[in-house]
Amino acid sequence: MLAPTVSLRDITRTCGTVLANDRVSLELIPGQVHAIVGENGAGKSTLMKVLYGLFQPDSGQILVDDRPVRLPDPEAAMRLGLGMVHQHFMLVDTLTVAENVVLGREPTRGAGAFDHARAEREVGALAERYGLPVDPRARIGQLSVGAQQRVEILKALYRGARVLILDEPTAVLTPQEVDELFVVLRALQRDGASIVLITHKLAEVKALADQVTVMRAGRVVGGGRVADCSVEAIAEWMVGRVLVPLQQRSARAPGATQLQAHALEVADDRGLPAVRGISFQVRAGEVLGLAGIDGNGQHELLEALAGLRGPRAGRIEIAGRVVSGRDAREHRQAGLAHIPADRLRRGLVPDMTLAENLVLGRQREASHGPWLGGRALNERARGPLTEFDIRPPEPTARAAQLSGGNQQKLIAARELGTRNADAPQIRAILAAHPTRGVDLGAIEFLHGQLLAARDAGRAVLLVSSELSEILALSDRILVMYEGRIVHETTPATTDERALGQFMTGRHSPGAELTRPSPTGSPR
Amino acid sequence: MSQPRANLAAALVLGAPLVAVLAALAVGGVFIAAIGESPLEIYALMFHEAFGTGYGLGQTLFKTTPLLFTGLAVSLAFRAGLFNIGVESQMYLGGFAAALVGAYAPLPGVLLLPAALLAAAVAGSAWAAIPGGLKARFGSHEVINTIMLNFIALALVSWVGRGLFEPATVRTRDVAAAAWLPRLDRVLPALAGSPANFSLLIGLLLAVGVGVLLFRTRVGFELRALGLNAPAAQAAGVAIGRTQVLAMALSGALAGLGGVNFVLGYKHYFELEFTGGAGFIGIAVALLGRNHPLGVLLAALFFGGLSHGALVINQRVPRELVNVLQGLVILFAISAQALTARFVRRWS
Amino acid sequence: MEVLLFAAAALRISVPYALAAMGAAVSERGGVICIALEGIMLNSALAYVLGTHWSGNPWLGLACAMLVGVLTAWLHAEVTVRLRADQITSGLGINLLAAGLTRFVLVRVFHSSSNSPRVEGLPEWNLFGLAGLPGLGPLLGSPLVLLTLACVPFVWWLLFRSVFGLRLRSMGENPEAAASLGLRVASYRTQGVLVCGALASLGGAWLASEQHSFNDGMTGGRGYIALAAMIVGKWNPIGAAAACLLFGTADALQIRLQGSAFPSELLQALPYLVTMLVLAGFIGRAVAPRAVGVPYDPEQR
Repeated sequence: MLAPTVSLRDITRTCGTVLANDRVSLELIPGQVHAIVGENGAGKSTLMKVLYGLFQPDSGQILVDDRPVRLPDPEAAMRLGLGMVHQHFMLVDTLTVAENVVLGREPTRGAGAFDHARAEREVGALAERYGLPVDPRARIGQLSVGAQQRVEILKALYRGARVLILDEPTAVLTPQEVDELFVVLRALQRDGASIVLITHKLAEVKALADQVTVMRAGRVVGGGRVADCSVEAIAEWMVGRVLVPLQQRSARAPGATQLQAHALEVADDRGLPAVRGISFQVRAGEVLGLAGIDGNGQHELLEALAGLRGPRAGRIEIAGRVVSGRDAREHRQAGLAHIPADRLRRGLVPDMTLAENLVLGRQREASHGPWLGGRALNERARGPLTEFDIRPPEPTARAAQLSGGNQQKLIAARELGTRNADAPQIRAILAAHPTRGVDLGAIEFLHGQLLAARDAGRAVLLVSSELSEILALSDRILVMYEGRIVHETTPATTDERALGQFMTGRHSPGAELTRPSPTGSPR
Repeated sequence: MSQPRANLAAALVLGAPLVAVLAALAVGGVFIAAIGESPLEIYALMFHEAFGTGYGLGQTLFKTTPLLFTGLAVSLAFRAGLFNIGVESQMYLGGFAAALVGAYAPLPGVLLLPAALLAAAVAGSAWAAIPGGLKARFGSHEVINTIMLNFIALALVSWVGRGLFEPATVRTRDVAAAAWLPRLDRVLPALAGSPANFSLLIGLLLAVGVGVLLFRTRVGFELRALGLNAPAAQAAGVAIGRTQVLAMALSGALAGLGGVNFVLGYKHYFELEFTGGAGFIGIAVALLGRNHPLGVLLAALFFGGLSHGALVINQRVPRELVNVLQGLVILFAISAQALTARFVRRWS
Repeated sequence: MEVLLFAAAALRISVPYALAAMGAAVSERGGVICIALEGIMLNSALAYVLGTHWSGNPWLGLACAMLVGVLTAWLHAEVTVRLRADQITSGLGINLLAAGLTRFVLVRVFHSSSNSPRVEGLPEWNLFGLAGLPGLGPLLGSPLVLLTLACVPFVWWLLFRSVFGLRLRSMGENPEAAASLGLRVASYRTQGVLVCGALASLGGAWLASEQHSFNDGMTGGRGYIALAAMIVGKWNPIGAAAACLLFGTADALQIRLQGSAFPSELLQALPYLVTMLVLAGFIGRAVAPRAVGVPYDPEQR
């Protein structure tokens, strides 16, 4: 084996209070593709930011060509031959391909005149050499996502990159574009480049990578030669077994359907299909778990169900009312509660008080005529604040002052409606990653509350990438993969390994859909 | 964020406007010193003139009044995340409408004053609702639109005024006495001789009203949520476009009513360009008052005092010093705000 | 002849608009809204008069105007780029400051709150015999008019054909992308604002040179009109200059029609109406640089 181009040794880096990288080591070999896999928040992106000079490690060493280096900024990384293809492209939409590629290292004709022709020639030649079909004269904004990604790769190559870091490169691509990308990457590999592939799609690891490193909670938990690792083993490393205490669940027959999606199709921000015809029902007193690896359409599905994104086709019913195409208020009025995935952006107004956040989305029910606020609002917050053990239990504290776990409890106190006098009309609850990034105590508490809501006769749709959570709470489980439901099962008849296979697309869609479930088929 | 740090952050946020004022006064002091006068002496003179005598206080209150209205107007829109730079013309049209009703409407005496006030509010409100609607419907930026509408209002009034104004003047006929807002010295003899009038009381009531609206009603709650975090407000079922139009309309109504201080309370007629930049200073007032009605009141009083206090120093220092101070306060206030925001974020 | 005289009048009126509007295009392409145009022009106009008054040399006056204009722009850049404060508010603050400062200096130096004594205008040039042309002659003899005409292609070249322009535009569209390639966002944005200051200062100097004096508030909202023209011209210096010519023509027509029965005031409002329609998407599409108005914070990625 060749000597490594880059070695990372015992890299440790904290982000806030979280240990994002805990003594992480890895080596990048010329001509090899090295996959780094792990769930969201496992520390992959932090590690790559350290490698690209965007973050400084707290401790540990970076060696390039066996010499220790410091990478104070991306420029230093670029000079050493490191190139990065960001997940969110760093491109200027209004400029041409050539302009984007040469930006910062432009060919000139003296007197500060930009040599357009030469830039286009050079970029064209570079594109041809590496087999990256893209027109140097085209404007970025008019290119497909796949072509934009090729421009990002060209940017790195133009700067002489020997190591190419790709952050979830396939997340935004169509299947055809993925194939094209792989052709390019293999060509680069043959050319002797080291390629780092950050992903959580195991099929890609198997298809492309030589080496794999699995990260979880900031640490390297497994890895090796891809040829020596089974997909099952990688999936198990990745998902891990977070110790979630099992909750006591009362057995009860579910009631009437409260939340229903019928042949739902939803597009993502770029207008590409993200949800491709999904149908399901959630009944009163039932938790329906939706398992899946992030980025398989769950985000768009949830936004559509919450009234934040209009579906392209299909129907949504809440407590028997058709609400598809209506705004969030009508969804809520029909009886929907929503624990959003992004608590700071969608779930809370951080600069408002706890008392105010406790009525956000329920402001109509909580007001007396036109009036809302003042001492009454603060007083009615005390109950939920103490019962959900939110600290500090100060109604006038701002939500921004709370820890992540307490912020999540604040949202739960508002949305679950178990102890909320204003919310008896809540019929269905969307719970998106309700325990992401919170401590174990809060997880246990939130799980208990979700089950209490179920027992109080509400229909709960739980979306999570934590399989242990799905298995612990759900009455039924659906698995989502590439915008479709590929599997339906129950916790009693499945386990993490089986679910992981469906989540990673190892079973052909449709094969399992016909299996009847004890609590009713989705159709 | 820990509690002591949170307290410190809160203190910084509240203290920033004060620091900005002191910094502006310090730079102003350099100007004063540069022409050979003593800054402290000059500032003391101004303070005494503005607040030291009944008459002076009355003058200060008179100059505070329009700033209170425009400051409230700017801050209300700001709370909803909108920058209303059109307050100047909303006030202008409000004053014009009040004068039209007060001077020309054939209404019985008792109805004349309420009708004139209503006209002022409606005119300002309608003018402000235009950029609000354009923002909600087309997403076009309210800042540019309100600036454009400022100029359009000037042209519009000049055109209408052509056939309306008294011969060889740029003013309307006098408003009927029934539509006059009485002077405050009628009830507060200490203010004798000053033009402070009941517009101030209307302004104070509206300040309370804005406070109640913002912090005690559902509409205010939705408006603030929209301004602080639009995606969360959307998820909470706030109708974004409608709330934007509403916020602009209310803001414009406040600005329009501010026009009556001059038209119904002082000169009793409308005159071209009577607002004299009160709308723009209203931005400084809102900024310094941190968009809180109480803060706005204090800031309006500060700027009102400055502008009257300047008259007494004119022999020694050009009174235009006050305009310099207004600009400086804005620049220091936003700088201080940006800096404190950065510190607070770094801590949390 | 009549037509030529009218064209000359329209062109004359357009000069300060065009200079300021081109400046605004440079600043906004770099991502900084420049409502401070009004203040920059006002300060520069006074500086021209002071410089000319004291030195007796209008060229030195022009140099003073540029220096003061750039300094005023620099203040805007410090507040908005370095301290990352709100760009619109900063511009309004600078406009208020300039209104006060110029009046203060006017009173202090010339003991008048309305206008300065008469100073010399910039001397005429007779390049290629242009000044001798009928109708347009006096206009084309003015060095600032010639400079403005030369500036239009030059500023276009600067923005769209130079390395500086390429980098500057990337700062206004996607500063994160530019920063990820090692370019210093703050430096380029500041330079953009300074170029804006230099151009707008020429507009201010032109006003003072034309009127041979400084009058209180003599810019009379021209900075705002220039901003509107820049929008109508779609952030392109050539488009902006063309829009200024349109606005200038409307202005000249309005002056012509004053006193007649025609409602010239409505003509006066026309540029603003056009701007609003453009902004709402009724006349073409005006797309602002994507990151304009957004302070760039390297800590927030």
